[in-house]
Amino acid sequence: MAGVILRRLAGAVPVLLIVSLITFGMMRLIPGDPSSVIGGLSATPAQLAQIRADLGLDEPFFLQMLKWYTALAHGDLGRSILLGQDVVGATLQRLPVTLALSAYALVITVVFGLCSGVFAALRQNTVIDQLAMMFAMLGISVPNFFLGLLMIILFAVRLGWLPTGGYIAFTDDPVGWLRTSTMPAISLALLQVGLLARITRSTMLEVLRQDYIRTARAKGLPRRVVVMKHALANALIPITTVVGIIVSLLISGSVVTETLFSIPGMGQLLTQAVLNRDYPMVQGGLLLTTAFLVMINIAVDACYALLDPRVRYESP
Amino acid sequence: MSLLEVRDLTTAFKTERGEVTAVEDISFDLDEGEILGIVGESGSGKSVTALTIMGLLPQPPARVVRGSVHFAGELLTGMSETRLERIRGAGISMVFQEPMTSLNPVLTIGEQIMETVRAHEAISVRDQRLRAIEMLDRVGIPSAVRRLGDYPHQMSGGQRQRVMIAMALACRPRLLIADEPTTALDVTIQAQVLDLLMDLRDELGMAIMIITHNMGVIAETADRVLVMYAGRIVEQAPVARLFDRPLHPYTRGLLDCVPTLEQDRNRLVAIPGSLPEPARRPAGCRFAPRCGHRIDACSAAIPPLVAVDASHASACIRTDILA
Ligand SMILES: Nc1ncnc2c1ncn2[C@@H]1O[C@H](COP(=O)(O)OP(=O)(O)OP(=O)(O)O)[C@@H](O)[C@H]1O
Ligand SMILES: [Mg+2]
Repeated sequence: MAGVILRRLAGAVPVLLIVSLITFGMMRLIPGDPSSVIGGLSATPAQLAQIRADLGLDEPFFLQMLKWYTALAHGDLGRSILLGQDVVGATLQRLPVTLALSAYALVITVVFGLCSGVFAALRQNTVIDQLAMMFAMLGISVPNFFLGLLMIILFAVRLGWLPTGGYIAFTDDPVGWLRTSTMPAISLALLQVGLLARITRSTMLEVLRQDYIRTARAKGLPRRVVVMKHALANALIPITTVVGIIVSLLISGSVVTETLFSIPGMGQLLTQAVLNRDYPMVQGGLLLTTAFLVMINIAVDACYALLDPRVRYESP
Repeated sequence: MSLLEVRDLTTAFKTERGEVTAVEDISFDLDEGEILGIVGESGSGKSVTALTIMGLLPQPPARVVRGSVHFAGELLTGMSETRLERIRGAGISMVFQEPMTSLNPVLTIGEQIMETVRAHEAISVRDQRLRAIEMLDRVGIPSAVRRLGDYPHQMSGGQRQRVMIAMALACRPRLLIADEPTTALDVTIQAQVLDLLMDLRDELGMAIMIITHNMGVIAETADRVLVMYAGRIVEQAPVARLFDRPLHPYTRGLLDCVPTLEQDRNRLVAIPGSLPEPARRPAGCRFAPRCGHRIDACSAAIPPLVAVDASHASACIRTDILA
């Protein structure tokens, strides 16, 4: 088990390397650089050149890259050009916001997606099943931001129940957090709820057809036990894989949601950084976010082994 | 009163091409402690009969069209699911053909035996554990205590089938239905499992309904035999009598190609032709198209199962002439 995790961690290194290479290359490829943002529209070419020289942007591409990786090897991700704050600090400030929002959306996804999927499977081909799957399809088809807009118009503008945007940290004020996070979390979760409901339903239907379910019924176990213990324990194995993917989708999907609801999270931070060509921030922020996603995936794999004894035993 | 009384049991399935009758007018009795063999080619309706008795067929698509099943005087057909749950596993247990897929892969075998006991008896976890160990011992799993925590994938096919039997017998049922319990196993293991079933019958005094397509298995285990063809019983007799003096041409065909236990895999192939699908059954006697003794009258009406004496019956209009 520990061996598996270590192997996966080692396997993550090339992933991070490739991601950072791509980010580095892409940022230099898109036109414009931080000097114009810092200098403003009125800056003279000489001023711009001076700024470039200060930032080391006049050096050859590969030298810049070498410097960045050398610093990285020393644990230094540099300072954000735009914020003047160091990259790690800025990330640590913003990432928790995105994670809290994603976690909230994940809870919504798992509760509603799993329940409606199981329920639909147990009532296969009834009106309940069809209604649940219709809503799931709707959730998948309606774009996040559209639903977000509708909710803002209805609950914030018309009814005035919730703020139109902004963010209050959970640690500052839990109720305030709920008030500011609920609409974003719902709009972020909706697609995933639909996805998870459909996959849960089809997985449950598949599992319920298995021989061991018939055995469980033949033993006289109550239906509740057959479904919640025998069927769900097996269905959770493939569902966990999907939930792992959903976690990544939620974190990356929060970019749009954060912009829509003006939430100061990682998505907003990186969007701003890209727009302003804040090279160190983009490179460092993306690297840290990717590292985090990789760790989540490893955690999901560990869950997988917990749920499936066959996986647990085959690995040394 | 017999332990199990099945009368005119008829089960149909809803399919895309309308409703097809899988088994029809099945009637038989099974006494306490008796071993009844049910034999027939693949598709003849053996499993459907067993699953209908257990109430395990999903309805729909399955439907019990008519007939009744009484177990220990209680009417099972039409009984509520909650009441059936109390009988399944405690009064009637079932062992299935596929030991590789019939155990839950994510639960330990100890838990799978213990939960059966838990479902039917109010006893402590400690006693559930003791019962599981006792049952594993009894079915010949060595070092049972240590294996309680094992998962099915850590066991061989023969061991899994033993676990299935241990599980099925954990609550001392009065009837065990074994649906091809040895088909998926190696020849030597097959004989061991059959011996185990016979021993357990002697020890616990339960009745066994053993389903097979193998006349060799019937010869070794059963007291009495039902021969099924295309969803109907075509002959019924004590085992010695059946092997001695088979009446129905189909039974004779089966006996002519008795595979010994050793050649189990080459199923019953010596009878020319093949079993008709439920939707394509011929009028009259369903075996007629494959029968060497066929006459025109055979296709006029389905021949009823007629008793030639108290224990032997056959569904062939030419029984008298052919006997
Ligand atoms: N769910 C179902 N839907 C439609 N038809 C079915 C269904 N289950 C069984 N049948 C039909 O019922 C008939 C009897 O099947 P059954 O499984 O009882 O045969 P069997 O004698 O047990 O054969 P085998 O030796 O292969 O186990 C078959 O013709 C089959 O096509
Ligand atoms: Mg069968």
